[in-house]
Amino acid sequence: MAFDIYDFTSFNQTIDKALYDNLPPILAMLTEMVIIGVVFLLFYALVGLFLVYAERKVCAFIQNRVGPNRVGPYGIFQTFADFIKLLMKELIPINKADKILFNLAPFIVIIASFMAIAAIPFGKGLHAIDLNVGIFYVMAVSSLGVVGILLAGWSSNNKYSLIGAMRSGAQIVSYELSVGLSMVTMVILAGSMQLSEIVEAQRNGWFIFTGHVPAFIAFVIFLIASTAETNRGPFDLAEAESELTAGFHTEYSGIKFAFFFLAEYMNMFIVASIAATIFWGGWMPLHIPGWEGFNIVMDYIPPFFWYMGKTLVVIFLMMWFKWTFPRLRIDQLLKLEWKYLLPINLFNIILMALIVLMGWHF
Amino acid sequence: MNAIINYLKELFGGIKTLLTGMKVTGYYFVHPRQIITQQYPENRKTLKMFDRFKGEVSMPHDENNQHKCTACSICEINCPNGSIEVISKQVEKEDGKKKKELDTYIYKLSMCTFCGICIKVCPQDAIVFSQGFEHAVFNREKLIKTLNKPGSSLKEKVKE
Repeated sequence: MAFDIYDFTSFNQTIDKALYDNLPPILAMLTEMVIIGVVFLLFYALVGLFLVYAERKVCAFIQNRVGPNRVGPYGIFQTFADFIKLLMKELIPINKADKILFNLAPFIVIIASFMAIAAIPFGKGLHAIDLNVGIFYVMAVSSLGVVGILLAGWSSNNKYSLIGAMRSGAQIVSYELSVGLSMVTMVILAGSMQLSEIVEAQRNGWFIFTGHVPAFIAFVIFLIASTAETNRGPFDLAEAESELTAGFHTEYSGIKFAFFFLAEYMNMFIVASIAATIFWGGWMPLHIPGWEGFNIVMDYIPPFFWYMGKTLVVIFLMMWFKWTFPRLRIDQLLKLEWKYLLPINLFNIILMALIVLMGWHF
Repeated sequence: MNAIINYLKELFGGIKTLLTGMKVTGYYFVHPRQIITQQYPENRKTLKMFDRFKGEVSMPHDENNQHKCTACSICEINCPNGSIEVISKQVEKEDGKKKKELDTYIYKLSMCTFCGICIKVCPQDAIVFSQGFEHAVFNREKLIKTLNKPGSSLKEKVKE
């Protein structure tokens, strides 16, 4: 296929071979780790800044406002200015806080999101690690973040922080189930948990088209549940400004707060990219069976742009949700999960299994 | 059976209302021309405030430099903040009658809360809210304003 010219596998192997030929194995491995770490750090900084700007602009347009427009053309440097401000702010020590946990919590949150992004395929051969249980791994590490949130709430020695953290815990325990089950639905269709193979299986059509009804239901459920899992509105009970000042990060300032902030946006990016990967074919270009000319043109758009485009569409959907819907109460939150999403999800899995068994998918 | 119908009704009703909300916000998102935010310093030349805007109290004068204030000082009595001070003078008319006339109408902008009572109670409609809102000055003394222009006089009522 034409997009094989964008295959990064041989490029990676060349670098890998060169490093292992010239350095002792441990040093070579460390060098590779450092390279990947630096790349992801840069990626995090850029995507985080962009997402904050995008969120403010989207929010502004939805609310009939202009949004940031003073720093640079259309305010594009606003988030850089905010970032510099956050770096220079004082880190306020809390007198009766649990010092170790208080300082540890932001790192746990950001490390969890770093671990999750490692498994995501950005293009053919463009992922840090391709596990054969990729989806399972992503689910496992992305729910580690809640440990950081709980620690932050507990160690702050502040009732608002604690309430926020506990809400976040209840929420993630509930919604993790829906995320997992909707992923399982797609795993049934793909027949693999390896993310690269899932993408490869969508070569002739994205799962949302080939899996039709159950795939669409799973996509909607995944979108709702993952929005809840990232603690974003309308599920932002954990930091509900009007009730809990700022929830679990009330006592944090400066760069520690920035870590929470960045982790929130990057988690949104990660769940959006998972949604794009398992439902919309990840970096796979759009193919319509029969339209050969169209397919070839689509193949020449680099996979990274396909991947980013799909991810940004999902992120836009999540922002749209956030700025449209009012925040749920905790009982409504649990009702939505246990009375609606979970039964529908279980039914959906059976439907998907039936469709795969009978070969009714495209 | 009834419970299942209710369940489904609630489910689809919920989805419908959510979509209605998203339609509204989505409409605004794709219609950036409807943005109502004023880009203030840039559009200073063209910015026009709406009619009922409460800028500051002012006294309109006509082309003969005449105003409608009879110096009854009802506004001064009604002002909750004491930001109005009406100073009147006795003037002898041609026919020998003495008449009270406005000397200076002092308006202290720094004490005004823009409640608009003075304008409501004025029997002559002599004072109105102007549209100006750029109140910043470098000196506090400049906030004490004299509303009647120098040499102005009372506009006589035309009897029908």
